[in-house]
Amino acid sequence: MKQQELIPHLFRTEFRKITSVLCKLLGLAQMEIAEDIAGETFLLALETWPYKGIPENPAAWLHAVAKNKAKNYIARSNVFNTKIAAELKHTTPCAQEIDIDLSEKNIKDSQLQMMFAICHPSISTEAQIGLSLRILCGFGIEEIANALLTNKETINKRLFRAKEKLRSENVKMELPGDTEIDKKLETVLLTLYLLFNEGYYSESSDNVLHEDLCMEAIWLTSLLAENEKTNQPQVYALLSLMCFHASRFAARRDKNGELILYQDQDETLWNEELIAKGMYFLNMASTGHVISKYHLEAAIAYWHTKKEDTREKWENILQLFNQLLRIEYSPIAALNRTYALAKANGVAEAIVEAEKLNLADNHFYFTLLGELYKDLDSNKAKQNFEKALILAKTPTDKQTIQKKIGALSAG
Amino acid sequence: MNEYMLIFRHEDGNRVASPQQIQAWMKQTMDWIGGIAAQNKFVQGNGLPFDDARVVQHDGVVTNGPFGEIKETIGGYIIVKADSADEAAEFAKGCPVLQGDGNTVEVRKIAKADGVH
Repeated sequence: MKQQELIPHLFRTEFRKITSVLCKLLGLAQMEIAEDIAGETFLLALETWPYKGIPENPAAWLHAVAKNKAKNYIARSNVFNTKIAAELKHTTPCAQEIDIDLSEKNIKDSQLQMMFAICHPSISTEAQIGLSLRILCGFGIEEIANALLTNKETINKRLFRAKEKLRSENVKMELPGDTEIDKKLETVLLTLYLLFNEGYYSESSDNVLHEDLCMEAIWLTSLLAENEKTNQPQVYALLSLMCFHASRFAARRDKNGELILYQDQDETLWNEELIAKGMYFLNMASTGHVISKYHLEAAIAYWHTKKEDTREKWENILQLFNQLLRIEYSPIAALNRTYALAKANGVAEAIVEAEKLNLADNHFYFTLLGELYKDLDSNKAKQNFEKALILAKTPTDKQTIQKKIGALSAG
Repeated sequence: MNEYMLIFRHEDGNRVASPQQIQAWMKQTMDWIGGIAAQNKFVQGNGLPFDDARVVQHDGVVTNGPFGEIKETIGGYIIVKADSADEAAEFAKGCPVLQGDGNTVEVRKIAKADGVH
């Protein structure tokens, strides 16, 4: 690995480990200090390595430097006297002897606890996603701003306020107890689900970045799946869903980075390994009595790994959407359900149902109607696509609809 | 917005149906409920199996199942959100139970716990 690739790579993998472990040691209220120490560690690497050469084990070098910096900080500040000494009453109160535990196990535990701390209900979902990207995924502020389609100032403010809130709520880094874990796990899963979607449906032109975002969400979810306190069926279901979606990465963008719709994708580009993982996790999710929305969405995604249009496929997808909507309504699920209805029960029935949906402010609604009318009445199809075009906001959406109109006049 | 219960009344709960028929009704029922849920108007619902039912008489006598003595029986219900009883009745029109001769769907508003009802 070349040096200009090595540092960003190490930053992505090691920054979060150092930050989480230090937060665990210093307390969540010192999150900025932890970030600073981790940041300074990388700065030192950047200043040293070009002259002295890259160390044999760069990660170990970073850990050692971070440890020293943390010890110096503790010795310097009164944090030691007021916070740590109080808790370590029975041990020798000497900063240099404090063990900064960067073992594999402590790193994993700290990151898992950090996940629960960040997904605290007192801060907004947006802030949870931002903080997760920063602290758990090691994204830079600018990368976060790009990924979430906003600017650095907004992200900085958002993260600052969130950290303030975690401080004032006195949030601790710990795994919730048995009685709370289900409720808290729900929040964590929702954040991970949104984090993945942020990457998967991102409008950002940087393809590498949004695939990274998805892979980070998968990695964080696997942390939950590997821990026996948190490896519940819905965690496996979410992981399965993510794997099925991620299997289509290579097929869903063309050379210019433009989105290729599902039905136009070259399925030989679908990643078999991720599909197999998705099936494995879906099996692991099939225990217990609760069918979560992740189970249903994973099952829907499973059927989408079969490209061939069969009656069985669409009937299954339709019933899964029927169930999903009963658990939790969303406009996009209502629209997809209607598309499945057209495939399973026929277009005529789907048009009647579509007209009851009451989603006239949604461009996907008119895109769907356009699709449904396509083979019945090309004038009506065109009218609907044109309505969709007026409502569509992003360039990608407008482009997709334009193509559909073009295909109508061509055919 | 109010909530209405749609109660399915079967004229003859004992009628035997073929597995294919049952399969078809199940799909129709799921599609019907899915359509209501797709409009964000579904609240909840349940089937009330005829098997293993009991009727408790006023004198404390318990009999198996309501069938034979009672003309109609309840097969299930769903609760929907609607602005009016008429809107709820529109939902009811799609209920597959109505394909059975003599079956009805009763639409009843659910009393709110707000002191008005």
